[in-house]
Amino acid sequence: MKVQTSVAGSADARTAAARAIDARDTAARTAVPRGTTSPKARPRHSQPMWLRIGGPLLITLLLVFVLLPVVVVTLAAFNDKALLTFPPESWSWRWFKRAFTYADFKDGFHASMIVMLWASCLALVIGTGLAVAVKRMTFPGKNLLQAILLSPLVIPHFTVGLGLLILVAQFNIERGYSLVILCHVILVLPFVLRSVYVSMENLDERLEQSAASLGASPVRVLFTITVPLLAPGLFGGWLFAAIMSFSEFTASLFVTTQSTQTLPVAMYNYVREFADPTLAALSVVYIFTTAALLIFANRFLGLGRILNIEDKH
Amino acid sequence: MDARSKLKGWLISPASFIALCICVALATVLQYSVRAFIPGSLDVGGLTLANFTGLTKPIYLEAFVNTLRLSVETTIFSILVAYPLAYALVRVRNRFFKSFILIVSITPLFLGEIVRTYSWIIVLGNNGFINTVLRKLGIIDQPLALMFTHLGVLVALVHVTIPVVVLMLATAISHIDRDYEKAAESLGAGPVRTFLTVTLPLSMPGILASVTTSFAWTFSAFATPQMIGGGRVPTVSTLVYQLGFASMNFPLAASLSIVGLALTAVALMLLGQVTRRMKAFGGH
Repeated sequence: MKVQTSVAGSADARTAAARAIDARDTAARTAVPRGTTSPKARPRHSQPMWLRIGGPLLITLLLVFVLLPVVVVTLAAFNDKALLTFPPESWSWRWFKRAFTYADFKDGFHASMIVMLWASCLALVIGTGLAVAVKRMTFPGKNLLQAILLSPLVIPHFTVGLGLLILVAQFNIERGYSLVILCHVILVLPFVLRSVYVSMENLDERLEQSAASLGASPVRVLFTITVPLLAPGLFGGWLFAAIMSFSEFTASLFVTTQSTQTLPVAMYNYVREFADPTLAALSVVYIFTTAALLIFANRFLGLGRILNIEDKH
Repeated sequence: MDARSKLKGWLISPASFIALCICVALATVLQYSVRAFIPGSLDVGGLTLANFTGLTKPIYLEAFVNTLRLSVETTIFSILVAYPLAYALVRVRNRFFKSFILIVSITPLFLGEIVRTYSWIIVLGNNGFINTVLRKLGIIDQPLALMFTHLGVLVALVHVTIPVVVLMLATAISHIDRDYEKAAESLGAGPVRTFLTVTLPLSMPGILASVTTSFAWTFSAFATPQMIGGGRVPTVSTLVYQLGFASMNFPLAASLSIVGLALTAVALMLLGQVTRRMKAFGGH
């Protein structure tokens, strides 16, 4: 009974959770004509002095707070000493060398790539299929099915992980890659679903109807009209799912074993055993790769538009 | 028509399978929560409510209180920090600063819990950044206790939650029609009054969405309370892990999860009620 209640509860929270994803949604919102940046040069006499100085100062302070761990972890990564001290007395690359040669990290990276590729692609196919069915067809239990599939947004990851772990233990199923992949599909599917839903809203149904009226079979309409038009949104959803899967930790901790441990789990195990800055070096690689990807995405795709945070007025 | 219903079947069945897996996994947790624990064995005994009565021990109550407190505090602080950032992100005109604020505030979203939490360990530790700086400046002699404390966990959790809240608030702020603000100003309202009576109420949808998300995320956070709390700030998530992997007491871990899930559901339903009220009231 409790499970039922909680699912209903999550359905209730769905609008809010959905909005949460909308914010991050990487859907192909057809480029909204951008509101012209207000044409009149505005004399800013309405802003008092304290606001003109205090505002930027506050923003700077908050950005410092957000950036602080990144800066500190970077300093620590280049510290030659094995003990974390500030400021570092001598500098070296040796922790980076160790991070790249440490066997558990190499295996973890390998496992993470396998899980990420399978989980994100499966979630994309499953999510797209369901989104098309939900938007274009009627079937019994539609709302219930959606509610269940979106519920991992609010169900703690440790609960999902624990459930799957007990399940396989009970039936004596081996904990292999398929379990980890299934777990990640469950967790990233809501993000793909939201992405595809938003793209579907912007898709002109008449294009599909005209193809059908010209004699195309439903399958042909799907693969020659619907999917190609959804492509940008699908890519966005896939990318988001891939990144979420690659950095997922809590549920993975429950469902992985020594031979399937993903990179975040390997990193967690490292911190428990060693105190040297190897993990700092790996974190730096992680942080700068991610930031580079985002700067790239911002420059060529316009993150503001993708994330739906451009000023509309 | 037949081709269409066949296609429908192909489109829906994989998703139904995943939904079934979710239900079965949750049902398994529920089932284990009412089974007796047999020490030293992974098998479980007969039906019992002992797991739930076992949860009234002080350690578990402390975990519930900690988790709820952390969720509420994190929600409040992350919105306070994220609002100015989101506002600047939407309203700053300089393209470079706009991109800079965007990249800085959302990169952490994609790093995962481990990298972010580990970085905070280096900031908060006894020989960490903050303590070293304060000691070098002569402000303190003894290192401040930041690791393994409620405060340390809270700071890291707020940091973890900021990116998603910034995005949600920025979405809401970007949809506000500026003419309302201009109207208020032209009628003589100062910047503070304009903000409090126009901008803030109009960004309410984003704030409520942020509250829900950051509450649910913090409730399920594990790496941060585990690594920074180091066992001294027990939360529902860390105890579930501990019971499962250290004591192998899966029935108790399951019942703890179920109560946690019920608490989340109740909290989110209450928030849903508030959201509906606000909508009925504000019509936005």
